[in-house]
Amino acid sequence: MKPTSEPPERPTTKSRGSRVLLGPVATVFATVDTGRWRTIRPEVDFSACAQCGVCRTHCPTAVLEIKKDQAECVVIGWDNCKGCGICANVCPKQCITMVKEGNHDAH
Amino acid sequence: MPTRRVLDGNAAAAEALRLARVRVIAAYPVTPQSPIVERLSSYAADGTLKAKYMRVESEHSAMSCVIGAQLTGVRAGTATSSVGLALMHEVLGVASGCRVPIVMPVVNRALVSPWSLWCDHQDSMAERDSGWLQFYVENAQEALDSLLMAYRIAEDSQVLTPAMVCLDGFFVSHSPQLVVLPDQEAVDEFLPEYVPANLYLNPKDPLFINGLVPPEDFSEMRYQQKLGFERALEIIPQVRRAFGRKFGRQYEMVETYRLKDADVVLVTLGSMSGTAKHVVNKLRVQDLPVGVVKLGVFRPFPAAELRRALKGRRVVGVLDRSAGLGADGGPLWLEVDSALSGTQTRVVGYVAGLGGRDITETTVRAVFEELIQIRDGKRSGPAKRWIDTGENAMELRKVGERE
Amino acid sequence: MRPQADTLVSHGVSTCAGCGLELALRHILEVLGDNTVIVIPPGCAALFSGFGEETALRIPGIQGNLENSAAIAAGIRAGFEVQGREGTTVLALAGDGATVDIGLQSLSGVFERGDRVLYVCYDNEAYMNTGIQGSGSTPLGARTTTTPVGKDRPRKDMIAIAAAHRMPFVASASVGYIKDLRKKVKKAQEAAGPSYVHVHTPCPTGWFYDPARTIEVARLAVQTGVWPLYEIEDGRRRITVSVSRLRPVAEYLRLQGRFDHLDEGDFEEIQGQVTASYQSLLRECD
Repeated sequence: MKPTSEPPERPTTKSRGSRVLLGPVATVFATVDTGRWRTIRPEVDFSACAQCGVCRTHCPTAVLEIKKDQAECVVIGWDNCKGCGICANVCPKQCITMVKEGNHDAH
Repeated sequence: MPTRRVLDGNAAAAEALRLARVRVIAAYPVTPQSPIVERLSSYAADGTLKAKYMRVESEHSAMSCVIGAQLTGVRAGTATSSVGLALMHEVLGVASGCRVPIVMPVVNRALVSPWSLWCDHQDSMAERDSGWLQFYVENAQEALDSLLMAYRIAEDSQVLTPAMVCLDGFFVSHSPQLVVLPDQEAVDEFLPEYVPANLYLNPKDPLFINGLVPPEDFSEMRYQQKLGFERALEIIPQVRRAFGRKFGRQYEMVETYRLKDADVVLVTLGSMSGTAKHVVNKLRVQDLPVGVVKLGVFRPFPAAELRRALKGRRVVGVLDRSAGLGADGGPLWLEVDSALSGTQTRVVGYVAGLGGRDITETTVRAVFEELIQIRDGKRSGPAKRWIDTGENAMELRKVGERE
Repeated sequence: MRPQADTLVSHGVSTCAGCGLELALRHILEVLGDNTVIVIPPGCAALFSGFGEETALRIPGIQGNLENSAAIAAGIRAGFEVQGREGTTVLALAGDGATVDIGLQSLSGVFERGDRVLYVCYDNEAYMNTGIQGSGSTPLGARTTTTPVGKDRPRKDMIAIAAAHRMPFVASASVGYIKDLRKKVKKAQEAAGPSYVHVHTPCPTGWFYDPARTIEVARLAVQTGVWPLYEIEDGRRRITVSVSRLRPVAEYLRLQGRFDHLDEGDFEEIQGQVTASYQSLLRECD
C-alpha cells in the first residue's frame, strides 16, 4: 500500500505535536491504487441515465457519484474503480457498458 | 491507616486488585485461583469495588476482554492458574505485543498431563517467553505488595509491559497469614489513576491497533519490547524503594538471606524460600556457611544483580519447581547457570516440589548436604538432580498378573 | 475529477473486484457513523485494518485473534460502560470462519451475558482470505479447497444458534438488498443488548462467477429461499423481504463454478432441503 500521488489523506490521529507510539499501530489513512487493476471500465450513456443512484448504491468501492445538475450525470473515481462491472449489471436502464480499458485519455 | 487482617494469598491478591481500583474484571474459575475472582465478583456486586464483573466463558476470552477494556482507558484485571494460563497463551502475546500494561495474579499449579490441582511452576515457566514481566512471591503479604508494585512498574511509560505476579498454589493461595492491608488513600498516592499511554481506542483519536506488520518492521517492534524489559530492570528497584518508604516493607529483586560469609547458596523462587531460610538458620547453628538467594522477579531476569550477590561463592544450588523436560536442567537453573557462566562458581540444579509435593525441610537439607559435599569435593557420583523423586518411578503403576 | 474521500473507509482497498464484503462494510459504517470502534479478526475484512502504518479506516479499531472478536468487543464495551461512555457503538466484523467455527464460543459468551456488542458476520461461505478453505458455513455441495468433491454436510444455522440465546436482535441480511441491510444495522445499533446480523456477501473469487454479478447472485440467493431475509426481535420472527414464489435453487447454483460438479440429483437434494427450511421458517414467523 502506498499513498496516492496527491497530497496524502490527513492522518487519522489528531497530532498534538509529534509523538512516538510503541507497538503495532496504523495511523496513516491510506489508499491503494486499485484503479490500476482495471482491464475494463464502465461507460455511461448519460442521455439514457435516469440518475436513480442504483449504480452508486451498489459500487463496492463507492467511487460513483450522481450529479443531478450536470449533463455528465455520473462521475466515476478512476483512481479506485476496479472495473468489476457491478454498476453495469445492476443499472435498471442498462445504460452502462463495460468497455476495454486503455483506449481513453480521461485517466 | 493500614489494618491487620488474616488473609490467604488469594484474598490478598483480590485486595490488591481492589486497591488498584480495577474497573473491569473478566475471569473464569480454575483451581486454585477461583477465590480471587469470587471475592472480586462479590466486591463488584456490593459496590465495594466500582467495577463491572464479566463472567466469561473461558480464560482465552478473559484475557481478550481485559485487553479490550484496558485499551479504552481503565485498569482491567483477571487471575488464573495452570491450564487457564495455558489457554490464555495466544492472547498473552497480544497484551505484551500491543504494550497493554495489564497486571494479573497467577496462582501456580502444574500443567497437565498428568492432571494435578497442586503447586508447580510449570504454568508460569511455560509463559517465560510471552513478553510479560514475571514476579514470584513468598507469602500473602508479598503477593499483595508485589501486585501493587507491579501496576506502577508495568504502567511506566517506558516499560508498558504486562505483568504476572505468581503465588504458589495452596501453599500461598490458601494459607491464611497475618497481612498488613494498606488503606485506599495511601495506595492512591502510590498508584495514581490509570492514564492510557501509547495505544488506546478512542473515536476522538482513531488508531488501528494490532494490524499486520511487515518483516521490515517486526524485529524493531520486538526490540522495543526488549528495551521495555531493560527499563523494567532499572525501575523495579526504584519502585521497591518507593514502596518501602511509603509502606515500610522493603523488597529486593534479588533478596539475600544470611549471605555474608556463605560459600554455599541456594537460589529459590516462591514459597520454598521460607523453608530454605528456615533450614539455613538451623544449619548456621552448626556453623555451616550457607545462605539463600530468593528471586522476586524472573522476567526480566536480574542477571547482573544475581552475579553481584553470588560473586565469589563456591557452590550455588538452584531449586526448580518445574521439570524443564528435555533441557539440561530446570528453567531457573538454566538462567542462573547462564548468568554465572565465566565465573568460578559451580551451579548445580535440582528439581523438587512438582505437582503439589511439599518442599520440606528434609528436601532442602538434602540439597544443602549435597551442595556442601560438592564444595568439599566429597561428592562421589553426580548430583541427584531430581532430589525428592522416589526410586520407584518406573514401577508406579504396576499391573500384576491376575491370580 | 476524483470524488472526495468523505467516507469512513478509504476508496482504495485490496479486496477483490466485485467483493460483497466491501460493499457491505461501507454501508454498515455509513449507517453506524464515526462514533464507532471496530474489532476485525484476520480474514478478508483485515484488508481494511491495513498493513504496517497504514489503515483504510477512519474509526478506531483493533485486530484480535481469529476466535475472540466478540470477547474483545465485549471488553471494549465494558470499559466504555464503566466510564459512562454509552454512546459509542462497539462493532465486531468477522467472517463466517471466525464466527461459526473458531469464534463460536466467545460469541456465545457475549450473547449469554448480554454484552452490548453489535456483531456482524460477513458470510462468503469459506475461509476466503487464506485460499477458499471450507468453513462451517460452506453450503451443502460447495467445492472448496478442503471440500474438493463438494461439502457433504449442510451449513450451520447461525441465526438459530444466535436466537437460542434469547437476545434482543438477530437478523439475516444480504448485499442484494441494501435498504434492508441498512435498516437492520440501524436496529442492531439501537438494541439494548447484544445484536447479531449475518450478511450474505457473495465472493466472485471463491464462488467462481463473473465479479459483475455479485448483486445478481446475492438477490438470487434470497429469491430461491437459500438466504431468506428475516429478523428476530425479542423472540418474534418476521420475514423482511418476502418472496411470493421461490425460484428453483438450480438457477442460483448454476451461476457459480463452485457447484459445477453437481448433477440433477444433487440439485434435487439441495432443493428439498431449501424448500423444507423455508417452509419451517414461514411456520415460525408471526
